[in-house]
Amino acid sequence: MTTSASPDNTVISEKLRSFIDLESDAVTYDIERHAVERFACAIGDPNPLYTNIEFAESSSHGSLIAPPTFFRSLLPGDYPQPYPEPFAHILDGGSKYRYNERVRVGDRITVVRKITDLFEKHGRMGTMLFKISEISYTNQEGRLVATQTTTTITYGTGEKDSGVDDH
Amino acid sequence: MFEDVSIGDELPELVKHPDNRQLVMYAGASQDFVAIHYDLNVAKEAGHPNVIIHGALKSAWLGELVTGWIGSEGQLLELDVSYRAIDFPGDITTCVGKITDTRIEDGVGLVEIEIGLRNSEGAISTPGRALVSLPTRYAI
Repeated sequence: MTTSASPDNTVISEKLRSFIDLESDAVTYDIERHAVERFACAIGDPNPLYTNIEFAESSSHGSLIAPPTFFRSLLPGDYPQPYPEPFAHILDGGSKYRYNERVRVGDRITVVRKITDLFEKHGRMGTMLFKISEISYTNQEGRLVATQTTTTITYGTGEKDSGVDDH
Repeated sequence: MFEDVSIGDELPELVKHPDNRQLVMYAGASQDFVAIHYDLNVAKEAGHPNVIIHGALKSAWLGELVTGWIGSEGQLLELDVSYRAIDFPGDITTCVGKITDTRIEDGVGLVEIEIGLRNSEGAISTPGRALVSLPTRYAI
């Protein structure tokens, strides 16, 4: 049974709440052919749009493009101050991608993340903190090419998982 | 082509045979170094029998399912994935999809697809949805 936390035992402090709508430092990535190849190989996707220049150039895309979840490799920058993660363990709850256009090899993509919501639930694993973040990906011409909305769940105490502070 | 698609049609299934090597490759390619995806001790301390597959790798497979089906002339517009249950390397996982809606908006042929990752026990561990546009045979 999962219930909402009552206000007097919340882990969502004023400090934590102050991170809502705060933007991370913008980070800009050059989309390199070999990074796209390596990602396509890692996920096991043989689509020639990602690796075969002649095929990709003769398609409607006109050039090599990146797989739709390649954005996972474009890590956002830090928040202006360290995010005070209260828990030790992390679960990825899911992602929602919205695409305006595909990312092309040769693009320069600027990544900005902000937390849009924080809420908690009590369940089997104790209090769980849900963090909804929206990550925007803007190309070198200033067009928003895509957004990824992520749900990150943290819970539990003890030694922190590696990477728990980076999500 | 948009005209060839009907509600209820199923996408060709995409079968994946994930192993530890692929998880390590994905950790490197995505820079997701959360240890539960490659360190068996960490996974066991968390109560799992094995390291667990990155949720985002499962998203990548569902992306492949959809983009492979629409081909180079279709466009992926939306991809939503939620990780309801954990999957392990060594299991055979199958990406499935079914058309739930087709419609024309502003002259564009849109197709809504229910997608999911099915484990070897037949359960959908990772449900989701996608919205794509497909080229039309005739001007709309």
